[in-house]
Amino acid sequence: MGSVLINVPKKASRGQVIEIKTLMSHIMETGFRHLATGELIPRDIITSFSCRFNGEEVFRADLFPAISANPFIAFFTTATESGTFEFSWIGDRGFSETASASIAVE
Amino acid sequence: MREPDKSTRRRFLVSAGSAAVLGAAPIMTLRPAEATPAMLASAIRDVTGAAVVRTGKVKLDVPPLVENGNTVPLTVSVASPMTADDHVKSIHVFNEKNPQPNVGNFYLGERAGRAQISTRIRLADSQKIVAIAKLSDGSFWSASVDVVVTLAACTDEVI
Repeated sequence: MGSVLINVPKKASRGQVIEIKTLMSHIMETGFRHLATGELIPRDIITSFSCRFNGEEVFRADLFPAISANPFIAFFTTATESGTFEFSWIGDRGFSETASASIAVE
Repeated sequence: MREPDKSTRRRFLVSAGSAAVLGAAPIMTLRPAEATPAMLASAIRDVTGAAVVRTGKVKLDVPPLVENGNTVPLTVSVASPMTADDHVKSIHVFNEKNPQPNVGNFYLGERAGRAQISTRIRLADSQKIVAIAKLSDGSFWSASVDVVVTLAACTDEVI
């Protein structure tokens, strides 16, 4: 169970470009580290992040082991109408988390 | 006749320089295989195909001197009007010396309004970071930055 931080403005004017910041707690184990016994620690990362607005995809990212633990991703989008952003993180070992945030556009 | 001489000398100096670097390498502890410039080039080719990648339009913001390679703030922005006919489709970030050349692929569109993404990345060594943007007209633009890392990300750490 991951915990998540999302920063979306509550209000925006129509056509305004807004920044969205997301932070998901996750170890992002690279799969390149070893235990003292020499055993490889298997990879356990988030591989995919996406953001949908009212069902339509507005941003997507493929993540690799070079992304730091607790992936932080910030991007921009245009506020077109009031609605809900849905965020999704998918990763190794069946990791799947979602979150949402709504915005009022005047 | 002068030209070949010159290039030979230059080649010798380059190879002597890299030999000196290799000579210094064994002091460091055993590391896992790292991405090579060839792997970086092939990872870039996977994205761009045969298209020419030009330098410009892309701005890569990353601190030139990093104390902790485990979390390095990175921002990529692209000069683009972000209109229906002229926008950035995707931004791809690569590195030279982590075990894997890919860092992240970010897909945006005209709706983004502003072609800019930020994240935090790991760097296993002092190295070159490359960002490539794919525009709606199919052209590719890039920027690269050399970063010096004092504490590397723990790719070879034993726990």
